Amino acid sequence: MIIDMPSTNTSQVNAKLVELREAGGMTTLGRVLTLVIATEDGQQTEEAIDAANDASREHPCRVLVVARGAKRAAARFDAQVRIGGDAGASEVVVLRLYGPLADEGASCVEPLLLPDAPIVAWWPFDAPAVPATDPIGRLADRRITDSANTKRPIKALEQRAASYTDGDTDLAWTRLTSWRAMLASALDLPPHEKVTEATVTGAADSPSTDLLAAWLAESLRVPVRRVKADKGGGIGSVSLQRRSGPVELVRPDGKTGTLTQPGQPERKVALQRRKVNECLAEELRRLDADEIYADALRRWRKLNTAKSGTKTARKPKAGAS
Amino acid sequence: MAAAQRKNPLRDERDKRLPRIAGPCSVVIFGVTGDLSRKKLMPAIYDLANRGLLPPGFALVGFARRDWEDEDFGQVVYEAVKEHARTPFRQEVWDRLAEGCRFVQGSFDDPEAFHTLARTVKELDEERGTGGNHAFYLSIPPGAFPTVLQGLQTSGLTDQDSGGWRRVVIEKPFGHDLRSAKELNRIVNEVFPEESVFRIDHYLGKETVQNILAARFANQFFEPIWNANYVDHVQITMAEDIGLGGRAGYYDGIGAARDVIQNHLLQLMALTAMEEPLSFSPRALRAEKAKVLNAAHAVTPFGETTARGQYLGGWQGGTKVPGLLQEGGFAKDSVTETYAAITVAVDNRRWAGVPFYLRTGKRLGRRVTEIAVVFKRAPHLPFDDTSTEELGQNALVFRVQPDEGVTMRFGSKVPGNAMEVRDVTMDFSYGHAFTESSPEAYERLILDVLLGEPSLFPINEEVELSWEILDPVLANWAANGKPEGYRAGSWGPESANEMLARNGHEWRRP
Repeated sequence: MIIDMPSTNTSQVNAKLVELREAGGMTTLGRVLTLVIATEDGQQTEEAIDAANDASREHPCRVLVVARGAKRAAARFDAQVRIGGDAGASEVVVLRLYGPLADEGASCVEPLLLPDAPIVAWWPFDAPAVPATDPIGRLADRRITDSANTKRPIKALEQRAASYTDGDTDLAWTRLTSWRAMLASALDLPPHEKVTEATVTGAADSPSTDLLAAWLAESLRVPVRRVKADKGGGIGSVSLQRRSGPVELVRPDGKTGTLTQPGQPERKVALQRRKVNECLAEELRRLDADEIYADALRRWRKLNTAKSGTKTARKPKAGAS
Repeated sequence: MAAAQRKNPLRDERDKRLPRIAGPCSVVIFGVTGDLSRKKLMPAIYDLANRGLLPPGFALVGFARRDWEDEDFGQVVYEAVKEHARTPFRQEVWDRLAEGCRFVQGSFDDPEAFHTLARTVKELDEERGTGGNHAFYLSIPPGAFPTVLQGLQTSGLTDQDSGGWRRVVIEKPFGHDLRSAKELNRIVNEVFPEESVFRIDHYLGKETVQNILAARFANQFFEPIWNANYVDHVQITMAEDIGLGGRAGYYDGIGAARDVIQNHLLQLMALTAMEEPLSFSPRALRAEKAKVLNAAHAVTPFGETTARGQYLGGWQGGTKVPGLLQEGGFAKDSVTETYAAITVAVDNRRWAGVPFYLRTGKRLGRRVTEIAVVFKRAPHLPFDDTSTEELGQNALVFRVQPDEGVTMRFGSKVPGNAMEVRDVTMDFSYGHAFTESSPEAYERLILDVLLGEPSLFPINEEVELSWEILDPVLANWAANGKPEGYRAGSWGPESANEMLARNGHEWRRP
């Protein structure tokens, strides 16, 4: 069910939610969190809502979508409430804010937050430079960005690194989980030799590839070469050098990976790129600070600053970690 | 197993995202053409692959009498996956899995077939790199266990020293009484050491069952009242709405108590009643379960504390259904019970005097499994008699399936200008019932087998203790009378209601 509420305010929206609950008993499920999606109003808003609805099947939640409309317009607050089949296992409230209200997302969201439940903020596209101090980010216990989904992914990752605060996370990191898991389980098996160096290949503008290289550098404490591939998107391959030969995980087509280890047959492994809904569901599973991500990000920043010299080096910010 | 856990620089205990992926291995299924294999095992294996939890190079071997080639077997797996898998079908995942499908034709008593199997497994080690790690899933009647285990042993397939691990997975029934259970354990343990034996009780793989432990031991407000001071009684129910058509071969002479109470219900009871384990390590967990099973016994006289029934034909939910005696394959004078209820007492300080009622049945009102902890009434009610007339007893219910979750029942004032208190319920449901990403019980259990993680599998001691509880009841039933008929679609025979009424209790309608 979709209910449009043009030119309204949060009190009316709240009243509507209570009314729907009483009238239909439609929202009897326990909600475990409030997910605030902050985005520009437009076509892409729906994609984000769909992903959130999917994720809500695992994590029943209230989804509040803050869609910022034209700033140069009269102040206006349109709301849309979706429940039942149109909202997965969640209840979705889309808030469209125009004019001076466009920057008032946080104050419009606040009255609609679930009592006591954790709050997760998600910027599916462009994110504020410092998510933790953004008005919506400040409300949230966890802040999800997606640097790969911005116009300048590496630039976005630089911002993430410069402003990291506990509770930050990025879907570029989430997309890596299957790669990391595969590599970790490859090293679970004998021979337990030390990795001496590593190479990571991937698209030039792939923040996931950068983070993977940084994670390997951080946890293996060895030099990691980051090779920029001209073809294909995302991560292409990883190679870990050991005395007996390299452990290689190669994914040429974005779907199937091949794992090769010395003395063992070549193994194929399904390693498809993860969809946003999967990544989001993974993110919602944990609401504490992701220390491993923080370490990888810090390492990436160090490597990146050292390598590019003064060109893209940013002023080190206090409180960056 | 332990060696693989040696300092891996890419593993960090703070890293909670990394899933546990099984090491290189294969699963060999005996009885691969059976229902369980098609509906549960093969789909679960695909779902695991789809979630990226199976190792690259994983292999699946089917063993059965059919005259199939690897491709035919692949086709069978494909159809099972298409029809029953819970996660969406992905061609690239399927292709990887299909590459590892092998089929070995033969009967269980054919040594040649086992040699072929040994060769196939060896080839897999070389081609797919399964590293000598193989799990044998015996989805076959227990009568065939000795032959198959013998076959595995003589062909050298059970050789634990070959560098990899060899594990065996067996399904219920784990015997039909204490004696046969011991015999079965002996046969299995002759070939596989106990730490390589994984007994599947699929209830223990369910999220909600694991949630009992989380609810009890991670929270502050349940544990203080989790004892005889506050708990009046406990009802554990597993009801099915289906009948036994087509299952006579397995069920006739076995009955509901052996089929369900001995394993599922007593395990659920153990989890509900056990003390807090020192840790969640398999050993600590099993120690507590064994302790509580040791303290438990069925309450006598059985004539008053147990009930059994057999469903009669009639109309159930808009369909005409036959009674048990009319189902094909059952003797016309079969005394196999399709409904069983027993009263168990746990003799320790926490539970003295609290009856645990365990019931299960076929062709009952609806399909439901739940654990209801019913609390005592408040010692004093400062209301008029009339205002609390409709107030029942507080209850905490773990809904195991379907509609997994927790329900709490308590009294609340009815809106209006008179003080009137009535029972209301508060529900928690994780929405898991309809998520595609929560693992099915078999997925979790198969993965645990491959990882060698034994927490969720009952050991031989627990099996034997459960039989010790049930055996006296079965002996009493065998010697006295026969099951009482009950209407299909009802909640069991009248004697079941009387059984609780004697203690002033009443079955919940789940």
